[in-house]
Amino acid sequence: MKKILIKPGVYYDSVKLLLLSKETGERAGIRRAMVAMATATNLEILSRLGWSAEDAGGAGDNDLLIAVEAEDGAVLDSTFEWLEGRLKQRASAAAAAYRPRTLRRAIQDHPSANLVQISIPGAYAFREAKRALEGGRHVMLFSDNVPVDEEVALKDLAAERGLLLMGPDCGTAILNGVCLGFANVVPRGPVGIVAASGTGAQEVSALLARLGVGVSQVIGTGGRDLSGDVDGRMMRLGLRALREDPGTRVVVLVSKPPEPKVGEKILAEAQAAGKPVVVNFLGEDPDRISGGNIRGARTLEEAAHLAFRSVTGRDETAEILGPCACATLEERSKFKAGQRYLRGLFVGGTLADEAMLMLKDSLGTLHSNGPVAGCLPLRDAGRSTGHTVLDLGADEFTVGRAHPMIDPTLRNLRIVEEARDPEVAVLLLDVVLGYGSHPDPAGETAGAVEQARAAAEADGRWLAVVASVCGTEGDPQDLKEQEIALGRAGVRVFASNAEACRFCAALLPGGADG
Amino acid sequence: MGAIEEANAKAVDILLAAKPVLRGIGVAGDEIPGMTKQKILHAGPPVTWDRMCGPMRGAVIGALIYEAMAGSREEAEELAASGQITYEPCHHSQAVGPMAGVVSASMPVWILENETYKNRAYCTLNEGLGKVLRYGALGDEVIDRLRWMERTLAPTLARALDAHGDVDLRSMIAQALEMGDEGHNRNRAGTSLLIRTLAPSIVSSAESRSAASEVLAFLTSNDHFFLNLSMPAAKCSLDPAADVPGSTLVSAMSRNGTDFGIRVSGLGSRWFTAPAPKVDGLYFPGFGGEDANPDIGDSVICETAGFGGFAMASAPAIVQFVGGTVDFALNSTREMYEITLAEHAFYRMPILDFRGTPTGIDLRRVVETQIPPVVNTGIAHREPGIGQVGAGLVKPPMKCFEDALRAFAEERSS
Amino acid sequence: MDKMLELFGRDLSVINLGLEGFGDALTAQGVDVVQMDWRPPAGGRPELIELLDQLEEA
Repeated sequence: MKKILIKPGVYYDSVKLLLLSKETGERAGIRRAMVAMATATNLEILSRLGWSAEDAGGAGDNDLLIAVEAEDGAVLDSTFEWLEGRLKQRASAAAAAYRPRTLRRAIQDHPSANLVQISIPGAYAFREAKRALEGGRHVMLFSDNVPVDEEVALKDLAAERGLLLMGPDCGTAILNGVCLGFANVVPRGPVGIVAASGTGAQEVSALLARLGVGVSQVIGTGGRDLSGDVDGRMMRLGLRALREDPGTRVVVLVSKPPEPKVGEKILAEAQAAGKPVVVNFLGEDPDRISGGNIRGARTLEEAAHLAFRSVTGRDETAEILGPCACATLEERSKFKAGQRYLRGLFVGGTLADEAMLMLKDSLGTLHSNGPVAGCLPLRDAGRSTGHTVLDLGADEFTVGRAHPMIDPTLRNLRIVEEARDPEVAVLLLDVVLGYGSHPDPAGETAGAVEQARAAAEADGRWLAVVASVCGTEGDPQDLKEQEIALGRAGVRVFASNAEACRFCAALLPGGADG
Repeated sequence: MGAIEEANAKAVDILLAAKPVLRGIGVAGDEIPGMTKQKILHAGPPVTWDRMCGPMRGAVIGALIYEAMAGSREEAEELAASGQITYEPCHHSQAVGPMAGVVSASMPVWILENETYKNRAYCTLNEGLGKVLRYGALGDEVIDRLRWMERTLAPTLARALDAHGDVDLRSMIAQALEMGDEGHNRNRAGTSLLIRTLAPSIVSSAESRSAASEVLAFLTSNDHFFLNLSMPAAKCSLDPAADVPGSTLVSAMSRNGTDFGIRVSGLGSRWFTAPAPKVDGLYFPGFGGEDANPDIGDSVICETAGFGGFAMASAPAIVQFVGGTVDFALNSTREMYEITLAEHAFYRMPILDFRGTPTGIDLRRVVETQIPPVVNTGIAHREPGIGQVGAGLVKPPMKCFEDALRAFAEERSS
Repeated sequence: MDKMLELFGRDLSVINLGLEGFGDALTAQGVDVVQMDWRPPAGGRPELIELLDQLEEA
């Protein structure tokens, strides 16, 4: 069935009309369609489509012509109705900001940008970071799998230009109160942190916040900075910057134990800082480091406390949050015979390391997928044995998966799985809040814990679940709600990993055989 | 500054300093260097008769008939294939041509000059739409029109230009860009400005009233008349910037309907080619993808010189061909800043706060970003003589740029 | 050193090259951020990337 309509004196751009013709022709039940101005050329086309000149009834250049052939009358009418609507429509332009394709362009178009945050695959990171530095911008390099020689070249270039090169594999920084990567919202204050560990920086800054002390800057160096090859380049540079920074009164350094020579360099730099420097080289004997303006800290918690003391002149030894000694007895009384092992399931690698260091002496043999000195490697990361502490953020767990701080799925599954083992007594967890993390880490964890509990209970067993929550009032997740959610699932909640570990040690005294 | 950067700065400065001016009209055989009766110029990189596409063959045949070198289609075809005719790219003779771009000795041509560097460029006059030589049509009406152009249109315009004097095309293109044109696939404003500029002289200097009215009617009937001026304007702007040693400036882009080719300033006259792609666009009623000829014409010289598709932000109406929005047009232009060396001093876009158009394609940036220069163009029917069947966007093949990059690196190391 | 101290005194203005989530987090904190549409150079082909790097040094 055919219909032709002339709209005299109605003008549309020929391009718009072509588009409309196409759209109309593609509608269900439409055989042929033409929407065009009635020019001589178009009238010729019209006749080729099966209409005659008379049909166009003397229409001319300034008249709109709509000719449609449809399968039936109903389709025809609805199509004309639809066309009326389309002709009235104006293309709505949702103004989307242009996203530069090259860093060159981005810097040229946004000359006031002072930091480039890079989180692309490691194979391409060097080129972009180099460009950023050459362009005079500071860099936060989240990307990992960057070859060490590239890291050294970048840090040398950065040092030359006096710029920050935080990374590679730097997940945490806080500059001028702005969270970069995975970081907690903490108030501004006089403590500056330079960290080769993301969760280490998070734990220290979050604990300081709980103690009411703020942070000036948190400079990330990337996990490999204190290796022999990289020689602590960024930590030394960061340290120097904080030395000069009038906003920083106390400095905290956080890292795994550095290469001895590197460590010496850093401590020498620290000595010249002219301000108190708290040093937490995880696993390093703090007494060996302490002296002059330097204070060694055994744990992240202690680092926070020492910094607090430096700033306020007060001692903070009371627990910030946590149950009293009677709580441990209560838990222990519920274990079934045979329950004796601890399983630590961590999303933060540094926190896992700290747990191992704190627990290996009291628990005896400790296994891990990333064992620290004195612990044993797991034969199969998928199967815990004896006392086991896992870093679930390690490569073997993140193939084809987002990091567990973002995607809790793997840990949730592991929680339930560990609970099936009749010899498991204690689960130790870290729940990390802040920017970058999952919107509801506690909720996720609580859900898995409840499942785990149910399985254990069915078997007459009690599961003690202990967690530290690394978070602050200012974090996007509601800190109080998170702690409550965990509490409801029967989780013992602590503000620091160290405290959680001490509690676990108290739960399993006497170093049960691994 | 590195050597390549320095060479590029030099090359793009030359391009930016160009001032294309219309000096007059002449006859191809008299004006175009090296032109002979036995030579036929064509669009795109070099191509032999046996590889030519339908529309180009049709145009060649039509030209031979127009030149009275053959009396019939069959005769012309025989002559065309005989080896007696020399085929050469327009580009090699300081010329450009839209679609098939066929130029033969008797055809009238625009004479342009780059006032800054004194080099010239040539282009035939646009015949109009539908059954025309550049789409491969070769019937009587085509030949008759070509003769009318030779005997009435060109001489009338020549007199008008004599009376009026030079036409500043750089200025005209700049104005057209501020009026909704982009100079390649949208030329209505440019054509209107040209008519307005020359009309008084046409009327006052024409041999007869009928000549004047025929010519004015002809100009008015063809929205794309200005294309045959914008193209040689681009050509004469770019030619002095070609052959700068060590420069990665793209000095030419073109297609012959079979191949797409580019030239790079630091690589001189070498062409880097790949099969000409199909245009992604909208078809006129009655036509579809299967009717389309691969991309054809020298008109992409416009983009090479910093307007055409690169100025799409100024001509958003044409993006509706691919269901685009105004934002699409804006972002298409914005993307081009990623692959170009400079912003034009004269060609500006009001909607982008009068920012200069992205000018001077850098070979390295194209390969790095994999962003092809954006081109908005017409689609020819693959059978000769049917004409334009649609319009849309086409992407120059990345292969051309990657091959050129390898060649450039090789030359540098040797 | 000056550049770092300079940074400490200024508002952060960030170009985000990579994960959109990081850009969003900055926007949520009221920080000026330019989100880039980054893709591997030369379609990720090492041979071409090497050539490009060579020609960049020049």
